[in-house]
Amino acid sequence: MLAEAGAEATGADVGWTEIAGARALCDRRGALFFADHRMLVVSDLHLEKGSSYARRGVFLPPYDTAATLDRLEAVIADHRPDIVISLGDSFHDRTASARLPDLFRERIAAMAEGRDWFWVTGNHDPDAPEGLPGRSVREIAVDRLVFRHEPLAGRADGEIAGHLHPGARIVRRGRSVRRACFAGDGRRMVMPAFGALTGTLNVLDRAYSGLFDWPAFRAHALGAKRVYTLAASALRPG
Amino acid sequence: MAAALFCISSVGLTHPIAPAATTVPATLPEPFAKWFASRGWTPRTHQLELLARAQAGASMLLIAPTGAGKTLAGFLPSLVDLAARPKRKPGQPFQGVHTLYISPLKALAVDIERNLGKPVAEMKLPIAIETRTGDTPAHKRQRQKLNPPDILLTTPEQLALLISHKDAERFFAGLRYVVLDELHSLVISKRGHLLALGLARLRRLQPGLRTIGLSATVAEPDQLRRWLVPQNPPGDLAGLITVEGGAKPEISILDSEERVPWSGHSARYAIPEVYDQIRRHRTTLLFVNTRSQAEMLFQELWHVNEDNLPIALHHGSLDASQRRKVEKAMEGNELRAIVATSTLDLGIDWGDVDLVVHVGAPKGASRLAQRIGRSNHRMDEPSKAILVPANRFEVMECRAALEANYLGAQDTPPLVDGSLDVLAQHVLGAACAEPFAPDELFEEIRTAAPYAALDRDTFDRIVQFVATGGYALRTYERYARIKLTREGKWRVTHPRVAQQYRLNVGTIVEAPMLNVRYVRQGRGMVARGGPTLGKIEEGFLETIAPGDTFLFSGKVLRFEGIRENECFVSNATGQDAKIPVYAGGKFPLSTYLADEVRGMLADPARWRNLPDQVADWLRLQRDKSALPKRGDLLVETFPRGDRFYMVAYPFEGRLAHQTLGMLLTRRLERIGAEPLGFVASDYAIAVWGMRDMGAMIRRRAMTLADLFDEDMLGDDLDAWLAESWLLKRTFRNCAVIAGLIEKRHPGQEKSGRQVTVSADLIYDVLRAHEPDHILLRATRADAATGLLDVRRLAEMLSRIRGRIMHKDLERISPLAVPVMLDIGKERVNGGAADALLRESADDLIEEAMGG
Repeated sequence: MLAEAGAEATGADVGWTEIAGARALCDRRGALFFADHRMLVVSDLHLEKGSSYARRGVFLPPYDTAATLDRLEAVIADHRPDIVISLGDSFHDRTASARLPDLFRERIAAMAEGRDWFWVTGNHDPDAPEGLPGRSVREIAVDRLVFRHEPLAGRADGEIAGHLHPGARIVRRGRSVRRACFAGDGRRMVMPAFGALTGTLNVLDRAYSGLFDWPAFRAHALGAKRVYTLAASALRPG
Repeated sequence: MAAALFCISSVGLTHPIAPAATTVPATLPEPFAKWFASRGWTPRTHQLELLARAQAGASMLLIAPTGAGKTLAGFLPSLVDLAARPKRKPGQPFQGVHTLYISPLKALAVDIERNLGKPVAEMKLPIAIETRTGDTPAHKRQRQKLNPPDILLTTPEQLALLISHKDAERFFAGLRYVVLDELHSLVISKRGHLLALGLARLRRLQPGLRTIGLSATVAEPDQLRRWLVPQNPPGDLAGLITVEGGAKPEISILDSEERVPWSGHSARYAIPEVYDQIRRHRTTLLFVNTRSQAEMLFQELWHVNEDNLPIALHHGSLDASQRRKVEKAMEGNELRAIVATSTLDLGIDWGDVDLVVHVGAPKGASRLAQRIGRSNHRMDEPSKAILVPANRFEVMECRAALEANYLGAQDTPPLVDGSLDVLAQHVLGAACAEPFAPDELFEEIRTAAPYAALDRDTFDRIVQFVATGGYALRTYERYARIKLTREGKWRVTHPRVAQQYRLNVGTIVEAPMLNVRYVRQGRGMVARGGPTLGKIEEGFLETIAPGDTFLFSGKVLRFEGIRENECFVSNATGQDAKIPVYAGGKFPLSTYLADEVRGMLADPARWRNLPDQVADWLRLQRDKSALPKRGDLLVETFPRGDRFYMVAYPFEGRLAHQTLGMLLTRRLERIGAEPLGFVASDYAIAVWGMRDMGAMIRRRAMTLADLFDEDMLGDDLDAWLAESWLLKRTFRNCAVIAGLIEKRHPGQEKSGRQVTVSADLIYDVLRAHEPDHILLRATRADAATGLLDVRRLAEMLSRIRGRIMHKDLERISPLAVPVMLDIGKERVNGGAADALLRESADDLIEEAMGG
């Protein structure tokens, strides 16, 4: 079941991580799975970003919601979680959930069927989504973990957050490679954005200052076939 | 410069007159004749002929070398007409622009204003001449709209803006002439497409409009002649006047005492000899192909500049004020040498240049002719030029270019069909001017030569794209930018749409650039705001770390860091400074020259003209391996170290070779040859792998005919394109030009990086969900002739069918040495991103294991 996500049997500890003692798998598609709790976490889906831009006359391909849901369905089918947490900015703007076409509404309902589904509120979607299953919450605590959209300033053990869209950049052999990543130091984790049209912000940016213990920091970069775990010393700003 | 503009020579000029041109040469009206006479000059025949034929109502193309009085010829019909026009009395209705002059360069427009203004003033003609460019202040533009000059000098982008305004019809009500300068360089780009569409609109506003195109010599003048007149009926041609070149240039190839290197582009070996030439001439103009080469050559020359000769550097990335300073010094003949990248980067006044040195191969015979021609404004004196090949293949290329120049051969690229992203921009512009009826706009657009073959379905899809993005899933109807009215016209839905259009007009999408600035000395880390040196590509900065040094603006600089859109630097010293790589300026070897080089390779009789060391090299190749016939493809296989190599010599230019390399490695992978990488030069491509490819061919595990079969351009190409960064970059440009992504938004300037990120994501989503979207079609069409050069690769594959010659060697051949030396020096592009991530991750594992 985890073949798609895990290491290519390199013997290396690729893709697995720990946050405050809880073991989790970083899925290369941008989801975090806690096998012990059968709990799947995704962040920053930004559903209906395309139609949000269209209102300003910028016509991005209207397939972003479909693409994001395709991927979410695949991740859920692979991991079969009992609990799903969408960690805020699930919708790109305040009216996006109301705009959501029925077809997508039905797909979300089907995914949530038989599961506990939580919508954590974010800065883009501070209200509970309209007409969708699941509970809207500001934070959730599970054992020693706490799930919220925006990371708190300073040290916060067991925090799983989103909001920042972390990205890692390496330079090797004269080439620069930039990928979305999970950013964690064993105490807390900032999730990559899961939405199809979401960009990244380099983990070395000022916005992350004070969040991590850099010697223990790891970026789990999302590759085409697996996750690559990088130390802070391998990363470049910009 | 006025002297150059109007300079008259007694050299016999030939000007074959087309059969239709039985017009009697015009006589000049009083003030003109008097003015010429007062200077002891007589007008040239082609100037008078052009005047007569334009007065008779014809649109004309004038092909003439520099120094032939081309610019005056182009303006003479306007000046004569304007001189006779009655003055506008106060209270009399508005008089619009009479003549529009369009050039590819702002600098050229400014120069013409100065040079045309002088004789106009001396003849006391009541003619107002003004420029309108991106630099013109808003209040002046506003005034120009209310009170236009008689002659307006401007650029294609400004024309697009002018015709998108509601009062365009009134503004151009008196328009009689459009003069198009440097037409040969305008027509080959997307700016040319935009301009062609603008011209079509002007012709609808003023059906009697005449165009006058000014051009350097081109291979196919008919293409330009079609361009100048409405293609209604299709194939219609403007009149043609050709002025043959003056004195033949004296061109030689530097016959170096030193050993010419196998590969590389620096020509370092020749620096002392080049310096010696500078010393022996008044002013030397040194051309190189790229900005990187310019920086390097400049640095090297100063290393040997014992006499402290004033040698300057000039290229497009340097700060404008610094460039102006160099140009001023050049005008004043204060410089002994200038290192420059292209004639277009330079201002117009050249001072007294008596030698042109071209470092590196010219890559195209026409480009060489134009660069050399530019150096001398007196067409009766021969220009003097020296070519300095940087490596042995370039020796052959220079030789071929030189022979081509003597033969008058031309290899300007064939014109391509008008691009669809530009069309989308124009359609929105048309709607901004006034609601348009689709049938009428379609017919108007088809009168523009690049769009003569446009089909209605494509046009309709472009209109849909402009309206709502053109997606099969029509979910954006309620947000449409343009809507169909009850009268069947497309109308802009909101004034904001026109505002956005105006901010995004144009077709030049530059690679994201950052300002290069000094940190202010003294105050430690936070010091900012020192002087600006110019602009540098963000892509290069991504590959260096703070503390690294690089060459820029002729200085060694230490990279301190990036803040917002500025790159901070300080002065440094050191020999191992990196050299910035610029995306532009790397021209691939032209098809014509490639063929000439293949011909030279195949014909030992022509080796006589080559330096001994190069001829010896070819002889050695003939003995050790083989030399292909002119149309054939030589493929060599040999082992070296613990790897196996395959080297092919198509001579089709770097871009086509890169594409070929990508496709070949895919195929070799499938056959099980386990390829590891490849490197492409302008002349050859080398692939290396774990398996003996020569042995595989021997045992028929693979055949070269299959490997190089044209069908690689089918599925393999599609599969590769899906992930190619080249296509993503092309898509980004198309998306910006077509208006899918904004260049600028009111009150907010998007940084290059944000655009890049979102364009890549959009591309991925679009490709997965609507692969036949009109913008992806535009992207593929662009890539075929642009970065991928698929068209040229296709021609090559069809040419070599059944003509592949295989040499299974025991060791590397002499001809293979140059491309083999490039291995390791060239960046490896392509789908290797994950491999690089894996290496970085492996580092971590090693560290963790205590390695």
